[in-house]
Parts: sequence; structure tokens; C-alpha cells
Amino acid sequence: MSIFIDKNTTLVVQGITGRDGSFHTKQMMEYGTKVVAGVTPGKGGQKFENTVPIFNTVADAVAATGANTAVIYVPPMYAADAMLEAADAGVKLVVAITEGVPVLDMTRVYPFMKEKGARLLGPNCPGLISPGASKVGIIPGRICTPGTVGVVSRSGTLTYEVVYQLTQAGLGQSTCVGIGGDPINGTNFIDCLAAFEADPNTTAVAMMGEIGGTDEQDAAEFIKKKMKKPVVGFIAGQTAPPGRRMGHAGAIISGSAGTAAEKIAAFEAAGMGVARRPLEFVQLLRDRIKQ
Amino acid sequence: MNIHEYQAKELLRNEGVPIPPGDVATSAEEAERIARQYGGTVVVKAQVHAGGRGKAGGVKLAKTSEEAREVANKIIGMQIKGLTVQKVLVTPAADIASEAYVGIILDRASKKPVFMVSPAGGIDIEEVAAKTPEKILKLPIDTRYGLQPYEAMRLAFFLFDDVRKVRAAAKIMQQLYTAFMKNGCSLAEINPLVTTPAGDVVALDAKMVIDDNELDRHPDIAALRDESAEAPSEVQARNANLTFIKLDGNVGCVVNGAGLAMATMDLVKYYGGEPANFLDIGGSSNPEKVVNALKIITADPSVKAILFNIFGGITRTDDVANGIVTATKQNPLTVPIVIRLTGTNEEIAMKILKDNGFSASSDMDEAVKQAVALAKASPVTPSAAGGRGA
Repeated sequence: MSIFIDKNTTLVVQGITGRDGSFHTKQMMEYGTKVVAGVTPGKGGQKFENTVPIFNTVADAVAATGANTAVIYVPPMYAADAMLEAADAGVKLVVAITEGVPVLDMTRVYPFMKEKGARLLGPNCPGLISPGASKVGIIPGRICTPGTVGVVSRSGTLTYEVVYQLTQAGLGQSTCVGIGGDPINGTNFIDCLAAFEADPNTTAVAMMGEIGGTDEQDAAEFIKKKMKKPVVGFIAGQTAPPGRRMGHAGAIISGSAGTAAEKIAAFEAAGMGVARRPLEFVQLLRDRIKQ
Repeated sequence: MNIHEYQAKELLRNEGVPIPPGDVATSAEEAERIARQYGGTVVVKAQVHAGGRGKAGGVKLAKTSEEAREVANKIIGMQIKGLTVQKVLVTPAADIASEAYVGIILDRASKKPVFMVSPAGGIDIEEVAAKTPEKILKLPIDTRYGLQPYEAMRLAFFLFDDVRKVRAAAKIMQQLYTAFMKNGCSLAEINPLVTTPAGDVVALDAKMVIDDNELDRHPDIAALRDESAEAPSEVQARNANLTFIKLDGNVGCVVNGAGLAMATMDLVKYYGGEPANFLDIGGSSNPEKVVNALKIITADPSVKAILFNIFGGITRTDDVANGIVTATKQNPLTVPIVIRLTGTNEEIAMKILKDNGFSASSDMDEAVKQAVALAKASPVTPSAAGGRGA
């Protein structure tokens, strides 16, 4: 049906009373996401929008509501702690929206998540949406429509752009996942590709990478060896100068490594469809879904 | 954020790393005075955020204080990789018996800080990694436990045989690791770590890069930023909370979101143009950001056309439209502008723009093509074709 989230997703929102947290919680509730709890230390016992109970800790929230997924909208200096708290409370999917989390903090969070058997998505990501079923994060619901294309991306607005084009062209999505633009993130392309490959409702995958690191090259290798479903890829940053951080903390060409050309070559070697510009996704996916 | 060698050395000295003394000069006279104070041969080193300073002529020995003045006079003001040298570090020359490399980088693949050490120091470590990878020992560190003494010893034994030097180097590893963690680094390196003929182990050069995301909790480190070492437009953008990177082309780009901003630059190139910049106004719809973005872009004389590409998700396109109208009323445009926006409140945005004499479309490819064509057709004297601030 979808990957990572569906109609059975029950969500606890960390930072529910903050500016971003409250805005996006309302959006998620309107979309139909089962928001069962919120957490803001010191506001335990109150209710959000007169419906969602607020707790002081994630442990309290999980004990009272059984929430299986957490989404984090807390400021960057406290975000790592929020991730650790969610995993420690037994939450199995932790989605960190926060941008600007110190990378060294993530070197402590990542192994802890693994040990707890929790999946972390992000940080610095737009979250994910299984159209028609559930949305966790900030992806605008109305640009999506239910269908069979899996979407995975390191970016936010570029993803919206492509998803919107797919929707307009009648290519609905099974799940759209934003893995985030930071150098150390919890879920990588391969994690998502493997989940899409195993999802009976996904027929093809659109993948948007960018400069920096080797995640896309590793993904291409995985696609070549392990995937039967067609994948169409795009790399942003073909004109990016080396050594400069292009907005996303992870979007940087180090020395001669992590260039767009190198990633596109890996896509081609894996026999993937390569979109030269975002507009080409629709046709490339259509061609492959028909086959 | 990059910091200068002399600043990195100070942070390492704070942890006890043995480093020869040094002082910073911004003039040749000052360099002479410092050299006289140390006596003997000194090294005059350009303080600039670029690698390969030595090859570029930015590092010179001076046997006398007069020579230090002459050398400093040449180095201050010289260009290294497009950056003007403003300061030099003057430090007594050391007798060198051997040179090693010690560094820590935040590694994406292992998701850990990784120690890299090599007995082949003093040269570019990427070159060593490419040509003689067996001369490098890499050791990922679990930051939950920190660098263990046995790990520091293992790294040090890779560099030296003499146990006295090994112990001295292991201590430096610990100090470097402490400085790396304490200051929120994404890179910290000592290159070269030298041994002197007397058998001492000393750090002669240091480099540190700070994770920008750490600066909020390290105001002391944030204060080390040298704005004179950056492009003025980038400083202005950062102060306005915009992510801006100056490039060589003539199509000024204003986009929301880093991924879309990169894709837009790529599309400019795809249609035969050259982007003048990367600029991400971020996810919020604050019209003030649009005003600041336009100020920065229009200040660049090489910009011949401006391209807005906005996907309204969280961003409300009507806010962006209002920002464009406000900005161009304050500072009427002298170059054509092409606006593409789609998504949240698109109809309202289109109406605002139309009522104020702008045209806009929702087609990204068409907008990019148009901006490229306008930039190419631009006459030498700036014109207001294509759009105007009514």
C-alpha cells in the first residue's frame, strides 16, 4: 500500500505548541493523520485544539496513547535530545523536521536509533506522505494524489515540484519520502528503495538526489543488483562550484568527490532512467510503467 | 565556517597542543616588529581561507626582520585562489626532522568523526590517499565514548617507533579530539605534525572548519568569523538569513528551497545560460526576505536578468508577489525580471503581479528559457524591459 506510514500510523508531535509544530499539526490533522498526542515539557495535561492531549514527556505520551510514530518540530539545539527521547520511549519511526541540527549531535543519535531498532527520517527533511492515508511532516497534501509511484528525495521544494507534476499528469504516488539534506541522516536512499521494492503497491520509483556524499552512487549499485522495479533519477547541483555548501548542509562537493556528473554516471551504469531536468520525470516514468 | 590558521592554533593551544608561538600582522612594519621580537629566522604565512598557500607563494621564510618586512609586503594584498590576503602569521622557523599528518573529519559514510593519520605529512593528504593509501590509517570514533587511550596509542604507533614520541603524539591526538568536539568542528587537522632534531613533537600548521549549525551554542567561535575574507554579498545575505553563493554567470536566481535552487541553476545552464548565483530564500514566506534577496541580486553588475522560481508549498506565493512589488517600489529594477510561481495562492499572486505591471507564469522551463534569452539580449546600458516596478 505504502511504505513507513499508513492508516495505522498513530502520531505524537514533539514541539506541538511551537509555531511550526502547531501549524503543521493542524495541517496533518486536516489531512487525516491520526495525531494522538503532543509533547511540550511543562504543558502536560493541556489539550491542543481542544482535542489532542499534551504530555510533558514522550514516555508519558506513548504510555497513554500507544503512539507508534513521532515527528519533531523542536529547535535545532534540542532536536537531538528529542530524537533520543522518542526512541527511548519505544517509538519505532522518528521523523525529524528540524533544520540546523549540529552534525556532531547526530553522531550520537544515529547509533542509539540502531540499537533501539527505531527508524529515523531526517533531520532537515520535509517528512513523508502516503497520499490518502497519512502524512507526517510538512509536505503539502494537496499536491499529492494516491497512486503507485514511490518518490524519494534529499530536497523539499524540488520534491514538491516533481510530485505536483506527477499528480497533474495523473501519476499518483504510493509514498513520498524526503530523507533530508544533512550529511548524517537516519534513513538513506537504499532504505527507501528497498521498502519500495517490497511494497506491492509501488510500480516505479522517482528519486531526486543532489551533490555531496556517495548516497546516490550506493543507491545506483543497489538498484542494479537488487531491484526489479524501474527507477528514474535526477541530480540537482550540476552547476554547483566545489567546496561550497549549497544551502543543504550535505550538499557540498569535497575535493573532486560528490559531483553531479559522477552520480549521473552511476545512474546510467545502473541502467536507470535519468531525468536531465525535473520536467522529464513524467515521461520517463510513463515509459517504464507501461513496459 | 572556516577559521584562520592562527585562530585554529589558539584553540589547539587551549587544549595543550605544543605549538610554536606566533603573532598576526596586518602590515609589513608590524611583521618586521614581530620578527625582531622573536629573533632568528621566521616564517611569514598568509592567513586566508584557501588550501595550497605555499604553492601560491603565500608562505615564505625570512632570515632577518628586514627580510620579514619585505616578504610580508609581498604577501599582504596578494591574491590566493581569488581571495585577498589581509593578514600574515609570523612565527619562528622550526628545525624539522620528520613530518606527519594528523586529522579528524566528520565522515558521512561511517556517520562518525574519523581520525586520519599518516607518516607522510606536510603535503596534501588527498594526494597521499590517492597515491599511497597504505600510508594512511583511518579510525572512526564513537562519540558516545570518545577517543580511548588505546586508540590514541594505536594512531600514534602508526606514525612513530620511538615510544617517547608515540606517547607525545597520543597526547596530541587526545587534545585534537577534545578541540574537535568542544568547538563543534567538521574538520580539524595538524599538517604537519613535526618532530624536531631534539625529539619533540610539535604542531606547525593547523586547520579547522566549524559546523555552521554549532555556531548558536558557541558564540565565542562564531566571533572568530572573518568577514573581510568573504564576498561582501555573501556576508550581506547571511545577515539577512539567506543562503547565497556568488557564481560567474548573468542570470540572477531567487528560489525557495536549496534543491529547487540548484535545479533552477542547472536548468539555466541546460537552456544555454549561466546562473549568477545560488540563492535560497527558505521555506517561510516573509516578504522581507524577498526584498533583501532582490537588493543583493541587483547590486551585482553582472546580473543581466532576474529569475524568480517559487514553488508554493509552505511558502505562500502571494507573499512572494507582495515582496517583489514592495522591493521594486523601493528600488526600481534596471534589468528585466522573469517570475515563475506555482502552488499555494497562485491565483492571488498572479493578480497582485499583474496589477503592478509584472507578468508571471507557472511554467518553470518557459520562465528559465525567457530569462536566459533576456540576459543574452541585454544591451550594455541597463534597460527595464520585461517588467518594471510600477
